[in-house]
Amino acid sequence: MVHEIAITVSNLTKKYDEQVAVSNATFEVPLGAICGFVGPNGSGKTTTIRMLLGLIKPTFGSATVLGHEIDRPEKYLSQVGAMIEGPAFYPALSGEENLHVLATLGGFPGSRVKELIDTVGLTGRGNSKFKNYSLGMKQRLGIAAALLPNPQLLILDEPTNGLDPAGIHEIRTLLRELAENGTTVFVSSHLLSELEMISEYLVMLREGNVIFSGLISDLLEAQQSQILVKPEFETDSDRLVAVIRSAGHTVEVKDGLLYVLVPEHFSSEINRLAFAAGITLQSLTPMLPTLEETFFDMTGGQA
Amino acid sequence: MIKVLRAEARKLRRPTLALPTLAAAMGLTALTTSLLYLLIDSPSGNGREGIRVSAKQLSLPDGVVYSFQSAATLLGVIALCVFAAQTAQEYTYGTLRNLLLREPSRMKILLGKYVAMSIFAFLIVLTSAAISIGLSFALASDAKVSTVLWTSLDGKSAIVHALANALLATIGFGTLGMILGLLLRSPITAISIGVIWLLIVENLLSAVVKNADKWLPGMQLGVVAMGGSLSNAYSRALGVAGIYILIGAVLAAVLFKRRDVAN
Repeated sequence: MVHEIAITVSNLTKKYDEQVAVSNATFEVPLGAICGFVGPNGSGKTTTIRMLLGLIKPTFGSATVLGHEIDRPEKYLSQVGAMIEGPAFYPALSGEENLHVLATLGGFPGSRVKELIDTVGLTGRGNSKFKNYSLGMKQRLGIAAALLPNPQLLILDEPTNGLDPAGIHEIRTLLRELAENGTTVFVSSHLLSELEMISEYLVMLREGNVIFSGLISDLLEAQQSQILVKPEFETDSDRLVAVIRSAGHTVEVKDGLLYVLVPEHFSSEINRLAFAAGITLQSLTPMLPTLEETFFDMTGGQA
Repeated sequence: MIKVLRAEARKLRRPTLALPTLAAAMGLTALTTSLLYLLIDSPSGNGREGIRVSAKQLSLPDGVVYSFQSAATLLGVIALCVFAAQTAQEYTYGTLRNLLLREPSRMKILLGKYVAMSIFAFLIVLTSAAISIGLSFALASDAKVSTVLWTSLDGKSAIVHALANALLATIGFGTLGMILGLLLRSPITAISIGVIWLLIVENLLSAVVKNADKWLPGMQLGVVAMGGSLSNAYSRALGVAGIYILIGAVLAAVLFKRRDVAN
């Protein structure tokens, strides 16, 4: 069956007694994309992921994964790799032995274990017991387990937790390579700058509700852009503020720098206004809000 | 289900589980057997609950398995601990979600685990029987016990029956452990409640409530392991234990199938 959408979620809801964990969530994840999944702690990300994997039954609503309804996980899980809420393994078994348990269960060749141990950078440590692994090594093993089926869809919950900057860079590269080879990656993370670097799509949750889903570029473009203006002489600052305000624009002054809340193409107008007032500008920098700023703005400043 | 069974076997054969468990089972059997023969003339008794088992009784065809049958309930307690721990640990480690991602059929997971642990229980019973019977032959002459009838057809039949009954009882105890593991989702809680119930609560209840020994699940399995007792017939004990296990297993299986995996 050919499908262009990896995940479709329609009014998906999960209630625990009176508490709503996920409320009428509706979004889509295109096939072959890297899609970020963000939201403050307790916003319903993990519950949504568990419902997509058939671990939790929704209270109501529906969803499909790789074209199959989520109430039939046996239809699609052989093509899905996932790491949910951190790596979970048997402490007394080695990393390799833990992967062998899952490979045996999934019917994957044993040779895949060694291959994945190398892929995630655990070469030489595969025979150490899981309980002796550092947090970063455990995380790498979790990613290896998720990659066991050579998945068409990879779902990762905070994959860079506990990794050092080099490890984060390796995972970022790995996810990009997987996406280039056609794997859809659905990844939740609190490292929004990382997501901004690798994701094209984004689903944002707040208190169980989807508050944005779509292209990250569309989200950022819809935000208020600004131009950072710095006069050559600091003594001109007040006069420059007055000139720009008199032209009808909003200006905020922070640490001697002027932030003019206008779209990027207003740079030339600001330059002209300053020139006409006899003020020389040292720099004029258009700035789009970062994903992190947008996230805080949309989620009301929750971490 | 074969894939689940093989995956489970990888976990069960880990040295930190398999070796201590087998050592404990063999040690307990060896201790029970040694005490039976070394204390044969002791006025305080040499058998279960202080009863005296004479050399004449042990010289009968089923004397060869007397000590093994006495140890069978202890093997059952070991099986209860293993089954409970292996089941409940999937919740405490959070590994159940990994298993369900690779084998979404919860019933296959449950059945595969059960068969794998039952095979492990069979190995425990078999090695313990070998230790017990071997030691019985070794200690018999010093205790003036004749082994002539042990090797007769009746003796061999007694060994087969004792093995089958011990296996049945051990898997029965293990099933109770698995049910507790599924219901309580914590190895420590499941093992504590299981062991306290079997070794303390049932004995207290049978002492104060008339005929309680004919209804308590652990005692029925003990009777099955012994091949029946004077006060409780083998078939009755097997039937009562079977009803407990069936009800518990259905309840646990339904819960396992329907419950959200949220940890």
